[in-house]
Amino acid sequence: MKVRLTELAHARSGDKGDTANVGLIALRDEFYPILVREVTAERVKEHFKGICRGDVERFELPNIGALNFLLHKSLGGGGTLSLMTDAQGKTFSTALLRMEIELTEQEAGAADLHG
Amino acid sequence: MKQKVRIAAGQGFWGDLLEAPVRQVEGGPIDYLMLDYLAEVTMSIMQKQKARDPNAGYAKDFVPLMRRILPACVERNIKVTANAGGVNVRGCADAVIQVAHELGLAGKVRIGIVTGDDIMSRLDGLLDRGIELRNMDTGEPLATVRDRIQSANAYLGAWPIVDALNQGAQIVITGRATDTGLTLAPMIHEFGWSKDDWNRLAAGTIAGHIIECGAQASGGNCQYEWRSIPNLADVGFPIVEASPDGTFVVTKHERTGGWIIIPGIKEQLVYEMGDPREYITPDCIADFTTIRLEYEGRDRVRVYGIEGRPATEFLKVSISYSAGFKAVGTLVYAWPDAYDKAQAADRILRARLDRLGLKFEQVLTEFVGVNATHGPLAGPPRADIPEVQLRVGVRGQDRAAVERFTKEIAPLILTGPPAVTGFAGGRPKVEEIVAYWPALIPKEEITPVVEVLSA
Repeated sequence: MKVRLTELAHARSGDKGDTANVGLIALRDEFYPILVREVTAERVKEHFKGICRGDVERFELPNIGALNFLLHKSLGGGGTLSLMTDAQGKTFSTALLRMEIELTEQEAGAADLHG
Repeated sequence: MKQKVRIAAGQGFWGDLLEAPVRQVEGGPIDYLMLDYLAEVTMSIMQKQKARDPNAGYAKDFVPLMRRILPACVERNIKVTANAGGVNVRGCADAVIQVAHELGLAGKVRIGIVTGDDIMSRLDGLLDRGIELRNMDTGEPLATVRDRIQSANAYLGAWPIVDALNQGAQIVITGRATDTGLTLAPMIHEFGWSKDDWNRLAAGTIAGHIIECGAQASGGNCQYEWRSIPNLADVGFPIVEASPDGTFVVTKHERTGGWIIIPGIKEQLVYEMGDPREYITPDCIADFTTIRLEYEGRDRVRVYGIEGRPATEFLKVSISYSAGFKAVGTLVYAWPDAYDKAQAADRILRARLDRLGLKFEQVLTEFVGVNATHGPLAGPPRADIPEVQLRVGVRGQDRAAVERFTKEIAPLILTGPPAVTGFAGGRPKVEEIVAYWPALIPKEEITPVVEVLSA
């Protein structure tokens, strides 16, 4: 079944120049392997189509159940050059949480996410 | 040696809650107050202020703050580390000394100042010797913007601050010091950590990272269960309780709002993160994949297990340069057909800009209420959306063109689609863009200078 990432994770995002960073954190330890499997750099790049104009890099932090994504060329030049409302990428966090991912029936049951 | 040192964050940026550092001093026991004032482009703002007034160029808020808390700091021996000095560290220190005199504390306060970060006057010499200061993001050499540079500062780490503390400074004022160094330095000073004790230096660095954004570690901007966060109106800023072995507890004063919870600490850990195995500072490389978190009571999270590696041979340099002009104009369109009207107004505005022959590097239109934060991910708005804000920004090298743009917004009220409002603020302001140029410089090029002055 499909669920939105909001059901499995929380997030915080920020900027480094024209790159947005999104830290995606599993709400429960058992969700982390699901995030690792489903939320790949490729899928995040596809999700941010029309927003992220560069590469997407992914880093793993199993110790805190988190993934860190770098979305290059995403902030309209970044910093003071950007004309965007969200020049600092602060809301990229919840933008990523819009993503839908696929859970097995067993995972959905264990996560108590039926229907 | 102390077995516990309490380092309290008082400001997460220049413009943060003014009462926060006062409450940190008055709300319970602390040993150090850490104040981070410098964002990436703050130095250029201060450089401009200093050009107009040689006594300016530092975080002005710091002086009235010291007036309020200095007596308590002296009485209870609370030390302060602050990068409030901007581009005029001595001017800032002089102002604090003046305050100390006015408070009758002459001879009772020693003020450490750290300089040597400002390389503005040395740029040509560096470039001549082949130190290109290439932009870390784009790879371009600095020569491409040389004539537009407004400030250039190397990020100094913890050690010059340690030096000032070792010399008996109670207040340490720096220019462009790293945020994390302001927290790490007190630990090194108190616990006598050595220059190659990479694990502990990394631990102190990560402690600094956790509290450098102030309340963002204690419930502010916290997504996790945000509705349940208690009393943010009275949010307590974070405090690190450090131990000699490099472990530490993140906490806050009792009877304050907000919370210290593991999910909240995790959110701050990933904030503005690059490669988590390589968090590079002047003092060490911290490995965020080694961090362990556990509860040690209510509003207490213990952080341990941190490993680090030797520092690099470079310092980061923060350079600011003039990059043209920009302006942003807004109008609000009301139901019915609010989004359609805002889109029509945007087309009309762009046609008029074209007819005027105005050239910009970029024109960006956003519709607040529809796509300003999540862009196309938000999907189409509901048909009966009550209102939409049209927000158009332009950017370019020609100030006159940007100025002309600002005069085309208000006329849309009488010459565009109906049910429009929201222009009470007058014409948009033209803003000079001061852009950020990050670069690296070999460490041996930079010599920090530490002085301790008596008030």
